[in-house]
Amino acid sequence: MSAGSGRLPRPYLRRPSAWWWLGRWTYLTFMLRDFSCVFMAYFVVVTLLQIRALGNGPEAYAAFEAHLRNPLLIVLNAISLLFVVYHAVTFFNAASTATVVRVGGKRVPDFYITLPNYIAWAAASVVVAWLVLRA
Amino acid sequence: MAETIAVEVARYSPERGSEPIYQRYEVPLRKDWVVLDALNYIKDRVDGSLSFRWSCRMGICGSCGMTVNGVEKLTCETFLWEYAPGPVRVAPLRNFPVLRDLVIDMTDFMDKLAKVRPWIIRQDEKALSEGEYLQTPDQLETYKQFSMCINCMLCYAACPVYGLDPTFMGPAAIALAQRYNMDSRDQGASQRTDILSQHDGIWDCTFVEECSRACPKGVDPAAAIQQYKLTATTEWFKSLLMPWRGR
Amino acid sequence: MRAAIAVAETNPKLSIAVVSKVYSMRSHTVSAEGGAAGVIASDDSLDEHAYDTISGGDWLSDQDAVEAFVKEAPEELLRLEHWGCPWSRQPDGRIAVRPFGGMIKKRTWFAADKTGFHMLHTLFQTSLKYTAVTRYDEAFVTKLLVDDGRVQGVVAIDLLTGKILAITAKAVILCTGGCGRVFPYTTNANIKNGDGMALALAAGAPLKDMEFIQYHPTGLPFTGILITEATRAEGGYLVNKDGYRYLQDYNLGTPQPQPVLRTMELGPRDRLSQAFVKEMEKGRTVEGPYGHIVYLDLRHLGAEVIETKLPMVRELCLKYENIDPIKEMIPVRPVVHYMMGGVHTDINGVTPLEGLLAAGEVACVSINGANRLGSNSLTELLVFGARAGRAAAVSEQLAPGGQKLGPIMAQALDEERRLEERLSRTGGRESIAGIREEMHHTMETGAGIYRSGASLAESANKLSELKERVESVAIDDHSRTFNTQLTAALELSFMLDVAEAIVHSALHRTESRGAHQRTDFAARDDQKFLAHSLVSRNADGSPKVEYLPVKITRWPPAERVYGRKA
Repeated sequence: MSAGSGRLPRPYLRRPSAWWWLGRWTYLTFMLRDFSCVFMAYFVVVTLLQIRALGNGPEAYAAFEAHLRNPLLIVLNAISLLFVVYHAVTFFNAASTATVVRVGGKRVPDFYITLPNYIAWAAASVVVAWLVLRA
Repeated sequence: MAETIAVEVARYSPERGSEPIYQRYEVPLRKDWVVLDALNYIKDRVDGSLSFRWSCRMGICGSCGMTVNGVEKLTCETFLWEYAPGPVRVAPLRNFPVLRDLVIDMTDFMDKLAKVRPWIIRQDEKALSEGEYLQTPDQLETYKQFSMCINCMLCYAACPVYGLDPTFMGPAAIALAQRYNMDSRDQGASQRTDILSQHDGIWDCTFVEECSRACPKGVDPAAAIQQYKLTATTEWFKSLLMPWRGR
Repeated sequence: MRAAIAVAETNPKLSIAVVSKVYSMRSHTVSAEGGAAGVIASDDSLDEHAYDTISGGDWLSDQDAVEAFVKEAPEELLRLEHWGCPWSRQPDGRIAVRPFGGMIKKRTWFAADKTGFHMLHTLFQTSLKYTAVTRYDEAFVTKLLVDDGRVQGVVAIDLLTGKILAITAKAVILCTGGCGRVFPYTTNANIKNGDGMALALAAGAPLKDMEFIQYHPTGLPFTGILITEATRAEGGYLVNKDGYRYLQDYNLGTPQPQPVLRTMELGPRDRLSQAFVKEMEKGRTVEGPYGHIVYLDLRHLGAEVIETKLPMVRELCLKYENIDPIKEMIPVRPVVHYMMGGVHTDINGVTPLEGLLAAGEVACVSINGANRLGSNSLTELLVFGARAGRAAAVSEQLAPGGQKLGPIMAQALDEERRLEERLSRTGGRESIAGIREEMHHTMETGAGIYRSGASLAESANKLSELKERVESVAIDDHSRTFNTQLTAALELSFMLDVAEAIVHSALHRTESRGAHQRTDFAARDDQKFLAHSLVSRNADGSPKVEYLPVKITRWPPAERVYGRKA
C-alpha cells in the first residue's frame, strides 16, 4: 500500500570534480606525495645510466657528467631531489601508523617507530658519502 | 560578539528541484550554541520544512554529521562562534547521495558494515556456566580504539577514494573488521580475509589519511587499514611459502 | 535488539521485523555511560541486589520480578560478554565491577564510561548474524493495529518515501524507550517522545506508575547532557555555593573522603535530586546563566583516574562547558533522565492486550518501583528484552492461524487517510515549537521534583488545552521525502498523551514515595498506596486511574535508610 505515487524519491548525486585534490591542503600534499614516485623512478633511471657510464670507462663517464651540467638538467635534478626527500619523509612518518609495537603491554609511541628510519637513512647517507668522497 | 550570524543551508527536495540551492537565515549567535542549535532554531521558528537527522546532541549517536564550511563535522559538537562573523555554510555530508536537505542515503554504509562479519566468531564456544572469556586490560587496549566508532560516516565523507569510487569498502567498515580481528576472544580473522583483501577492500586505500583526521572519536581508521595491509601481506606470503599451514 | 535475538534463537522459523524511526545504532541506549548491574563478586549475593533494588524503589517494586531480574542479570551480562562486549577488566582478565548509587556492594559491570554505547553496538552487530531479522530503518510507527482484542501489527510511515506501511505481525514488542522530552531539561535525546507508551495507551493497554519520573542529579546546565553517576562512584563530591558537601544535611550519612556505598553521593537519585531543590530553597545554590546549579568536584580524584575511568566525562566537560574536571568543578543540576513508569507488563513483558509485549524503559514490570537505581536499567533491557522475546516466540502469544486481513487493512487505510490529511493540510494557527514549549513549562512547574495537588491540577488543565490546540498545528513541509516536521507534530501528540497520563497519575497518588514527592502529602502511605497506578482511557478519551497492588514476597515494606545501618 502506498501514499501518493509510491516511487522511490530521486536522490541528488554529486560526483567529485577532477580537481578534487585542490579542494583541501591535505589532499594536495597527498597528491604530491604520490606524484613524487615519478621523480623516484627518474632518479633510478639516472643512477642506472650513471652505472652504465661508469662501466664504459672514463670517457663515457666524462660525457655523462657533461650532460648533467646542462642547466635544465640541474634544475630538474634539484626539483627531483626535493621530491625524493619529501617522499622519504612522508614514508618514514607513515611508518608508525602501520606498525604497532607493544613493549610491556604499552604501545611504543610513534616517535620511536619513526626515529630508527631516520637514523638508518642518516647512517646509509654517511656510508655512501664516505665511499664517494674518498675516491 | 555580534548578535546574529548568517547560516546558509543547502536545501533539496526531489519534488521541487533537480539541484540543491542554498538558503540564508539569520540566527542568534550565542556562546553555547552549536551548529545544530542553529538548525533547530531555523526549524522551530523560521522554516519548519528544513530536514536533518539528529538525536543525542552529545556526540555519541553519530546522527548529525554534515559538511560545515567545507569540512565534515558533527554539528552537535561544532560551535557557532568559531565561524563568526560568518556566514556558515551547512551542507549534507559529501560522497553520499542526498535524499533531502541535509539528509543523505546511508544504505551503502550499512551494507558495508554488515559485510565484514562484525561479530565474535569462535571455533569453540564457551558455555555461559564457565564464565567470561578472560581478557586482560592490555588485550582490551589492542582493539579498544577501533571499537569507539559511532558510525557517523565523517570518514567516508572525507575519503577521496570513496568519493571517486563508491565500491570502496571504506574506513569505518575496515576498522570494525579490525576491531574484531584484534579482539582476543575472536577466532574469525580468516573468515574476514576475503572480503577485506579484495580489490575494493583494503587495497583501494591509498593512505590519504583524511579519514583519521575527520574522525571525531579518534578511532584512526587509517591505522586499521594500513595495519591490515601488513597482516594481509604477511599472511599471503606465509600461505605461499608454507602451504601446509591450515587456515 | 535483545528481544529480536531472543525470538530468533527461540524459534528460528519466525520472521522478525525490527521497526525503528532511527537506525539501530542511534537508539538512545548509546548514550548511557555508567554501567550495568549484575551480581558477580564473591562477597555479593542476589538477595542483596534485590534488597537494594526494592528499597531503592521505595517498596513499589514487584518483588517476584526483582527476584527474577537479579537472578538472570549476571547471565545476560555474561552472554553479552561472549558476544563481544568490551567490559572493563581486572588485571587478571576477569570482569571488573564498580560501586554505584544505592547499591551496598560493587556489582556494576562497565565498559569505561561508555557502557551503553558498547552494549548497543555489540547487540546491533551481533543481530546482523541472524538472517531471520529484517530491519525497517527509519519507519515511524503511528498506530498499533488492533482487531478482535489482539494487536495484529503496526502502521508506519517509511520516512524515505513517505509511503504508509502496514506491517502485520503475530506479536508486537514495544522497545521504544522513555519520554524525557516531555520535560524541558533532560539528558534524553530528541527521539525520546514516549511513542510506544502513547501507542499502547491508544490501543487500550494501560500505563503503569507514570507519575514516577527520575531526575538524574548531575546534568549539565544548558544542554542537560548527562554526567554519569560513575563520577560519584569514583569518589566525586557534590558541593553547594559554600563548597559544603550538603548531602550530609539530608539523612544520607556523614561525609567521608572515600566514597561509601549507599551513603552521601552514592545515595539514590531521587533523594539527591530532592536535596538539590531543598538547597535551592535555602539559597545555597549558585545562580548560573541557565538557572540554579551546584558543583560536582572531581579534582581530588587526580588526572589518572579521570583519564582512565572517566574519559568521556572529561571530553564532555571540555567541549560543552569549557571546563577541565581535573582542575575545575563541574556545574550540574538535576535533569529528567528516566521514566520508571511505562506500559504495564508482567514478569515476561506481556501486556494485558493480547499480542502486545514491551521491554526496556517503555515498559513497567515493575522492578524499578518509585525510583530506579543507577545501572539497573541497562541490565533490565537485556533481561526483559530476552524474556519478552522468548514469550513472544512461544505459540500461545502468537495469533492463532491466519489473520483476518480485512478489518486490519481497513484500519490501516483509515490511518493512511488521517496521515495524508495531516500532511497536505495548509493553514494552521499553532506552531509545533510553541505548543512544545508550553508543555515543557507546565510539566516542569506542575509535575517537577516536588508537586502539589494545585500545581498538578493546573497542569492537567493546561494539557487538555494543548491537546486541543495541537490539532491545528501548522505543517509547512508538504514533501513526502523525509518529512521531519510531520514526525515532529506526531511526536508532539504522543508527548501530550504521555504528559496527561503522568499528571493524572500524579494527581491521584496522594502520598510521597521515591521520585513522586507531594508537598501536600509528604509521607509515604503504605495503607492506601502500596500499589501501582494504572492509567487508561475511558470511552470518551478521558484518563482513568486505577490501582494494582504491589507484589511483596520476602521483603516487607520498611524504612528507606541510607548513610547508616537500618
